Amino acid sequence: MLGDFAVLLIAAVLVNNFVLVQFLGLCPFMGVSNKLDTAIGMSAATTFVLTLASVCSFLIYRYLLEPLDLIYLRTMSFILVIAVVVQFTEIVVRKTSPLLHRVLGVYLPLITTNCAVLGVALLNINQAHNFMESLVYGLGAALGFSLVIVLFAAMRERLVVADVPEPFQGAAIGMITAGLASLAFMGFAGLV
Amino acid sequence: MLDIIFGNPSLLALAALVGIAIVFGALLGFAADRFEVEGNPLSDQINAILPQTQCGQCGYPGCRPYAEAITDGDSINKCPPGGEDTIQALANLLDVEPEPLDVEHGVEAEPTVAYIREDECIGCTKCIQACPVDAILGASKLMHTVIIDECTGCDLCVEPCPVDCIDMITREGGIQDWYWPLPDGQNRKSLITTDRGAEQAAA
Repeated sequence: MLGDFAVLLIAAVLVNNFVLVQFLGLCPFMGVSNKLDTAIGMSAATTFVLTLASVCSFLIYRYLLEPLDLIYLRTMSFILVIAVVVQFTEIVVRKTSPLLHRVLGVYLPLITTNCAVLGVALLNINQAHNFMESLVYGLGAALGFSLVIVLFAAMRERLVVADVPEPFQGAAIGMITAGLASLAFMGFAGLV
Repeated sequence: MLDIIFGNPSLLALAALVGIAIVFGALLGFAADRFEVEGNPLSDQINAILPQTQCGQCGYPGCRPYAEAITDGDSINKCPPGGEDTIQALANLLDVEPEPLDVEHGVEAEPTVAYIREDECIGCTKCIQACPVDAILGASKLMHTVIIDECTGCDLCVEPCPVDCIDMITREGGIQDWYWPLPDGQNRKSLITTDRGAEQAAA
């Protein structure tokens, strides 16, 4: 049982990495990876929101939409759930840690539109996960996102000072690096 | 009523979504109430670090306005009374690089305290009005004096005094400033008993 969770976690973090293998959540991945500090802040916020949203979406689906035979409303209600979780997180963070709130700033509301969050919620349903599996899958997706965005931010901090040919400077070299990182992550394909 | 809703799928869908929205709205409303933030907690924290001299050397009317200005992105190096220590503490709090004190707003001075030469004081109360922290005691036509513990050394009272009887003197160090004096070089040997014994034996 515990082994199953470990496999699910590793599969979500490495093999089916949401950013580099499934290409979900690319917007914050490219947008917030300029500095290592902000990338770490973003990944912390995303980890929290993604795990919570995954579980909440599962509960809404299993105990409200399924009994009422309203499965076709899942996308709409999941968006609602995610928006509320993000708002709730923002309210709590603003109270408990003003500094973290200042660091996260605009990124926290940005998570609402992070398609990885909605993607996890929908994939949970598609793959018929139960409660614990949804939790682990959400956590794994978030950890995978964090791992990749932190690695990528560290690379981009070096790219800024690297001697890049002029046509490739800026976003272009970022995209190329992301593509290479994605290729590298394809190497995990046979792991699980 | 319930029969109509459950009998009609589209009404049921509408009711479910509205229900979810109402529950979530209530949750958020509760959270906003429960975790209400009064003012801006960050400017409170900054204000606690600033030295509260209310001297206005930063260009703002006091420490709290300056704290609010820092929250809105003003630079942290405009506080001469706080000096290097305050800049360092602010840099730590805000996670920014500490900068040297902006000389435009004054230089870091030794901690001073106002002293009124009491036999020269004519009791005009002008210094009392100037004092931002109410550290000067006295009444009209009566001699004034400074409460040393309250005085922040901002020297705003010096200018208004018509008879120039206020001096800024260096603040006597309190118990926090006291340090153990190093032994002087000549007697250092005799500090250790065995050395002293050897000295005596040599003598």
